[in-house]
Amino acid sequence: MAGSQWELPPELCCRPMAFVALTGLDVVYNAVHRAIWDAFCANRRADRVPISFKVLPGDHEYPKCRTKRTSYEWYIPKGILKTGWMNKHLNLVPALVVLFYELDWDDPQWKEKQSECATKVEIVRTSLQGRNTKVAVVLIQKKTPLPPGEDLVASERASSLCNACDLSGKSLFVLPHTDHLVGYIIRLENAFYEHAQTYYYTEIRRVKSHKEFLNKTTHQLLFVRHQFKIAFFSELKQDTQNALKYYRTAYSLVHELRAHETNMLEIKTMAGFINYKICRLCFQHNTPLDAIAQFRKHIDLCKKKIGSAELAFEHAAWMSKQFQSFGELFDEAIKLGLTAIQTQNPGFYYQQAACYSQERKQLAQQLCQAGASYPSPDPLDTQSGGLDFYGQRPWRQGHQSIDPPDAEKEKTGILALQIKERDVPHSELIIALLSNAVAQFKKYKCPRMKSHLMVQMGEEYYHAKDYTKALKLLDYVMCDYRTERWWGLLTAILTTALRCAYLMASVKDYIIYCMELLGRASTLKEEQKGRIEKNLLKVLMNEVPDAEPECDPSSVSAARSLWNDRVALSGSNEFTIEVQDYIPFIQCKAKFFSPSFHVDQPIQLQVFLRADCPHPVTLNKLAVSLSNQEYNQWCVVESSGQESMSLIPGKTKCYNFSFVAKTEDVGKKIEMTGIEVMLGSDRGRCVFLSWRGAGGDAASNHEALQASRSSRRWGRGMETRPELDWDNLIMQHSTMIISRVPKISVQLSHQPPALNNEMYCISLTVQSQEEGVAKEVKLTAGLKPGQDANLGQTTHVTLDGSKVCDDTAPALLPDVPLGDLKPGEKLERCVYVRCVSTGPRVFLFHVAYSIDTTVEGRQIVCKCHKDETATIETVVPFEVSVKFVSTKFEPLDRVAVDIPFLLMTDILSSSPWPLVLASSSLQLLTMTSNTPQLQSQLQEVVLQTGECASECFCLRCPPLTSSNNTVATGQYLISWRRKPSSADSPLIQTTVTLPHVILESVPLYIHADLPSFGRVRESLPVRYHIENRTALVQEVEMAVEPSDAFMFSGLKQVRLRILPGSEQQMLYNYYPLMAGYQTLPQLNISLPRCPTTNTHTLRRFLPQRIFVKPQGRQLDDASIAAA
Amino acid sequence: MAVCIAVIAKENYPLYIRSVPTQNELKFHYTVHTSLDVVEEKISAVGKSLGDQRELYLGLLYPTEDYKMFRKLHNSFTDVMCNPFHNPGDTIQSKAFDGIVSGMMVQTG
Repeated sequence: MAGSQWELPPELCCRPMAFVALTGLDVVYNAVHRAIWDAFCANRRADRVPISFKVLPGDHEYPKCRTKRTSYEWYIPKGILKTGWMNKHLNLVPALVVLFYELDWDDPQWKEKQSECATKVEIVRTSLQGRNTKVAVVLIQKKTPLPPGEDLVASERASSLCNACDLSGKSLFVLPHTDHLVGYIIRLENAFYEHAQTYYYTEIRRVKSHKEFLNKTTHQLLFVRHQFKIAFFSELKQDTQNALKYYRTAYSLVHELRAHETNMLEIKTMAGFINYKICRLCFQHNTPLDAIAQFRKHIDLCKKKIGSAELAFEHAAWMSKQFQSFGELFDEAIKLGLTAIQTQNPGFYYQQAACYSQERKQLAQQLCQAGASYPSPDPLDTQSGGLDFYGQRPWRQGHQSIDPPDAEKEKTGILALQIKERDVPHSELIIALLSNAVAQFKKYKCPRMKSHLMVQMGEEYYHAKDYTKALKLLDYVMCDYRTERWWGLLTAILTTALRCAYLMASVKDYIIYCMELLGRASTLKEEQKGRIEKNLLKVLMNEVPDAEPECDPSSVSAARSLWNDRVALSGSNEFTIEVQDYIPFIQCKAKFFSPSFHVDQPIQLQVFLRADCPHPVTLNKLAVSLSNQEYNQWCVVESSGQESMSLIPGKTKCYNFSFVAKTEDVGKKIEMTGIEVMLGSDRGRCVFLSWRGAGGDAASNHEALQASRSSRRWGRGMETRPELDWDNLIMQHSTMIISRVPKISVQLSHQPPALNNEMYCISLTVQSQEEGVAKEVKLTAGLKPGQDANLGQTTHVTLDGSKVCDDTAPALLPDVPLGDLKPGEKLERCVYVRCVSTGPRVFLFHVAYSIDTTVEGRQIVCKCHKDETATIETVVPFEVSVKFVSTKFEPLDRVAVDIPFLLMTDILSSSPWPLVLASSSLQLLTMTSNTPQLQSQLQEVVLQTGECASECFCLRCPPLTSSNNTVATGQYLISWRRKPSSADSPLIQTTVTLPHVILESVPLYIHADLPSFGRVRESLPVRYHIENRTALVQEVEMAVEPSDAFMFSGLKQVRLRILPGSEQQMLYNYYPLMAGYQTLPQLNISLPRCPTTNTHTLRRFLPQRIFVKPQGRQLDDASIAAA
Repeated sequence: MAVCIAVIAKENYPLYIRSVPTQNELKFHYTVHTSLDVVEEKISAVGKSLGDQRELYLGLLYPTEDYKMFRKLHNSFTDVMCNPFHNPGDTIQSKAFDGIVSGMMVQTG
């Protein structure tokens, strides 16, 4: 195959391994032998020694060794390296031949077998005549051997066998065929490896020894050959460091060779081989930079060595192969763990390889002219079917002088090569290399490089006439160039794509590419655009377009017939092209006039079109689709017979549409879902350019941004530039339909703040300013939704203000019908709100109605509404405080059973408005009133802000049977209303729970009956009542202490007994001596049986002081006279 | 000397691109465009390391370049940007800038 001529031979590319031949094994019929062979072959992992094994028959003929040259004096080499040499040493000439022989030390027929073995060894030796190949013998034994030195028979027989076979002791091995076969095999192969190493070492020595016979004039080729061989043997020996060294020497030697046209190919071939080896070893030694440096040097040295100009394509092919194989080596090294970087990765080498393949193709096209017939006899035919030396010409093998021996032969040879080159599938090769490169650049984050290579691939497919694939690739990358705004490159790609589409007669693609090439992003010249536009028009008329320039003439004629078929085909002449993601030659932007329209206004929208092509373009239809398709009918314009819709290049054309929204759509959004422009006609071909949303294309966003930047800088708004500036046109793709503006007024009047629990009146006045009758006026009033959820529970709204509403009243009264409202009419309503808790609340008053109006001659019923809100604070109207005091107005912390005490209440108004307290009452639970009829002391009292109203009740707690000493008192009820409100507004009852009291029982109760005042020197009778409230007889000792203010009569000191539950009275007559407040004589009481009760505890029941009036003077005459 | 000079916007589109007219213009455009891969990578690396951001020269992208040349071009570019009538982001149309670029390009013919 011509293509594979440049492939590197596999024996060059493989890893050289020592070759060891195994003989005497019958792997087909002998199971033991088969097992041994398998142990050698199977599982050759990296930890096993690098040997390639082969099973050969015992009498195998190894390649003959040529007789050793004794002198090089007359020897003229015919080439650098023989084509068979590497293979010979890899696969044909073993480093070691191992003879396997079944023989146990105690074999009964030892003698016979020993001689048979010796014969076999001899046969092997004979066929290796002249070679340094080692021979070793392995005895396959059934018995496990004894440790060395113990088996005397064995050592004796071993040495006799060695003698018989002429073997050194080191070359005789024993392989017991027992359990541990693999272990034995590994030991064996390690020993073989050592022998092989020795063999290759001697080979290296042997080649080196030739050097002294060589001279620089005639044996230049041999210098290279020998260095190469030494390096190769070193590799076989696994001495890669030295191998690299010798290859490097060989490389510099190959460039020292006298180069001329006839041997250029041979030199380059060998240089390429050696370079390959060097790079491979550098990567293997993990010195990738050395590999890259070597490769660069290699390319620098060789790229000018073109050789024969008539076969220049060969050079390009060779260069391409150099880059490709380096790329492969690099890639392989990466797979083994090397890290590559963005700027140094195999992709560049594949790319370069592709470049040279492209050059090869071009050169081939130039040099290999069609017409000539292949020469006969075939000059490329050799007798052996191949070449003797790498890189030589088949028609003059071995020829090393500057001029070709036969000019005629040379000519036919070149012709044959040129003709062969013609059949090479260049595009295929290029595409394969490019796609390798693409894969690499993808990996190393070079998206643009990847795109560029894909463009090249596309172009190559185009050249290979695979237009479908070409278009697929070009189409794929076009988008990248479009978004990156590289118009020059985009235009170039589009041009190629257009050619493909033309040659395929793919109508839709053709239209798309034309459309974009005519657009503003295209960098084509006007005349080009004019030509394309003309073609586009032809396609729209269903005619065959003119061929694209630079198309292959034969392809053009094929394309023309394809087009004719297309044109003849009826139907499928309608295309819809989504142009949003392109940059088409017709630009489209649309907007609603406003982001929202009232339902009684017509909705207006504008579509702006602009053509960028050189000649005017005619359209036949423009249609806008909206999210509600019912409106679509209003947004269509079609060209009628006379007036056509045409776009003048560079001028913006505006189309206005308006329609009336449906009342059901109030509150909804109307969106433009698409815009369609129809080019062509039903008679020819219809092309619908379709934009999504409100138009715009791949470039318009950026243009708008730039325009806004510039206008921001210059303050050039739309206002200052009345003429339509395309870039500044802002698309408005949706609009909101909102309800008609209500023409009514809603007024609220109320007196904040609201008082807790009151029926707070909010009066609402609705006045119509409509010109027609507002029908079905409805009021929704109450707590505005969306506030704290608790407010809903504690707010009650009603229309009935005559009584206090209960908790079932809702927080929001929906849709209260208010009837119709004539123009100018006024309507009032009161809404009552009761707030059970304090704090702010927002109330909503929503008045809705419907009205008939006319929009653009259409009758519609509009629903309008007006909202009014009020934030109202609720406060407590008054604070109530309660205290218990004794009859002496001393605060009580506990209440004595069955002894009267006082309950005092204070009502402190905190309302900003005056309050009327209608009444108050007590609801007692345990207590009883000490006064027969409880009467409110606050009836109709008006409290201003900050004023306080107090009441006092005398109560008594009857003796209780229960042991509980804390008792509930009851409730205090207050009825009140706001002062300004009318008298018929309901009273609000506020209930205050009275505090609990702690009860105590007293064993002895004492109280005194005495007048409210005394008079000096008048008798003041005081009666003390002493009650025994215990179940025991109480002994009471009583004494009256003398006082300066009083004289008294009665028992000064007494001791008496009081029966349980009975009362004793003590009467004293006090005689006041001084006027004013006087302390009564102290009563000392003690109860010997009840020590806790003494004078001190009892004294609280008794009055302490009394007011003594001065002695009344008789109005006698003397005093009158004195006056 | 230079064969092609390009000024690229931060959104990666060309603000200015000019190459030696005798050669394949398209090829240069592709080369400039593909070298943006490396520019992008280098700029993102600068952002990451927060290194000396005053260093505006990114170094070798892959063909050889000259630092001094960058300075000269950058100064001229700064002049263009300082022009109050220039809108950043628009392509550069300046005679002075053209002149500087021409001076840096290969003198052919």
